[in-house]
Amino acid sequence: MAGVAQASVESGVATFDLAKQPLRELNQFLHHGLGTTKKVRVLNPDGAHNIAAGVNAPVEVEVDGHAGYYAAGMNQLATVLIRGNAGPGVAEGMTSGVVNVKGFASVSAGAAAHGGLLVIEGDASLRCGISMKGIDIVVGGSVGDFSAFMAQAGRLVVCGDAGDALGDSLYEAVIYVRGKVKSLGADAHEEPMAAADYEALAALLKRAGLKHDPKQFRRVASKRDLYHWNADANQEY
Amino acid sequence: MCGIVGLLLKKPQLREQLGQLALPMLIGMTERGPDSAGFAVFTDELPDNRRKYSLHAPGWDYDWAGFEAEFIRRFGTQAQIEVKGNHAVLVCDEPADKVRPWVRQAFPKLHVLAAGRLMDIYKDVGSPADVAGRYQFEKLAGSHLVAHTRMATESAVTPDRAHPFTAGEDFCLVHNGSLSNPYQIRRQLEPLGIAFDTDNDTEAACRYFEWRMREGDDLEAAIHKGFEELDGFYTFLMGTADELALVRDAFACKPAVVAETDDYVAISSEFRSLARLPDIKNATIFEPVPEEVYVWRA
Repeated sequence: MAGVAQASVESGVATFDLAKQPLRELNQFLHHGLGTTKKVRVLNPDGAHNIAAGVNAPVEVEVDGHAGYYAAGMNQLATVLIRGNAGPGVAEGMTSGVVNVKGFASVSAGAAAHGGLLVIEGDASLRCGISMKGIDIVVGGSVGDFSAFMAQAGRLVVCGDAGDALGDSLYEAVIYVRGKVKSLGADAHEEPMAAADYEALAALLKRAGLKHDPKQFRRVASKRDLYHWNADANQEY
Repeated sequence: MCGIVGLLLKKPQLREQLGQLALPMLIGMTERGPDSAGFAVFTDELPDNRRKYSLHAPGWDYDWAGFEAEFIRRFGTQAQIEVKGNHAVLVCDEPADKVRPWVRQAFPKLHVLAAGRLMDIYKDVGSPADVAGRYQFEKLAGSHLVAHTRMATESAVTPDRAHPFTAGEDFCLVHNGSLSNPYQIRRQLEPLGIAFDTDNDTEAACRYFEWRMREGDDLEAAIHKGFEELDGFYTFLMGTADELALVRDAFACKPAVVAETDDYVAISSEFRSLARLPDIKNATIFEPVPEEVYVWRA
């Protein structure tokens, strides 16, 4: 396979330079050619789409720059570090593993993802964690409007502020937010933090390498009123 | 889907390189808009009494000499014409309210793409690389430019429906997205005597903003009124004589990235089209937030 042949592999580390090699070689290597490779470095990503999408192996992928759409989408088991910003839909549909974005993430980060941990050290744009189904997302900065929209399971930790309509139409996902919330979405409300919340949050912050005091966060969860459709509610929840 | 591209140079000594710097940006947006491309460049300003007009002809063998002779016969003043294939820039002393109706009447197959003292426009169907090559994009010099790669959704693939759209003088707009009420805007503007060239949704936004500015709004105020009046998805990039302005709708479905250094402000739909700019690794890079108006002055 072309990708296998052209990867420069030294002591378990393979390097792909996307300024010289097509993205397909990298992704084919990640899907079919890893062998004993423990780590893959990606140079000059330059905003390419689908970098390290669909990986299903406990490999470490280091992206040395900015990634485009859907980086590390559908990830399973891999640890993907993006030393830059990520485009729309980073780690969308992830089921396990860790994705870490050193810069900011564009819209729909962690969308519809079932598991794993997504850490965004900068800000995340709109719709962060939209329809999340079990992923944990830790955002070091702030999140944009409609974050955790229809979020079904998992935890979203926001160390900065949240935009409008946070947690609109939430199911059983839980949001921990440290800064200001511009507005809560329909059926989302603040709840008291319990001992289990502090414990869970402390563990997530530790995994994300962030040193905030869990006591500074509030818990946002579903009122569960929308679980039961009420025709007389006049669309107000 | 479409690609938007903008570049504003902060240092006059870089102006000769405007097209050369922006060419990889335009090519980088090919996948977002492979069917047509266009660009508006803001050059040195003509004196107050002079005007230039970007013209589009139906073919490359157009009789521009005949057009020039007819211009002189009609107006009795001199005209300079710089021809690039099926486009030409006419420079003369005659104002737009005389030239536009005359062209429409005497040369119905010509389109006046732009009027003003600074802005030249080229746009056509074809891949961005082809269109850029056709009109020597990389040789463009100027203070700022606005460019677009089109993947048509709202109207046919024709040169006049490619972006940028213009209205008034030295004002242009490119759009990534789709408006859902362009005909409502048209019905509002047409009774005021504002004529449309195409059935394209973006043209409605362009003419709306230009109308607001003629009514006394500055560009920012016009854009704020647009939040109330224009319904749909958009990232708009606009060029005026001395500004680039960028805005995204409330839902920010259409992307935009800005990179700024001491030398330039570069705007694109995606980072991949900014990746070849000099010193990009040290640029300040951010995503514009929804419903905030970003304006950079040349």
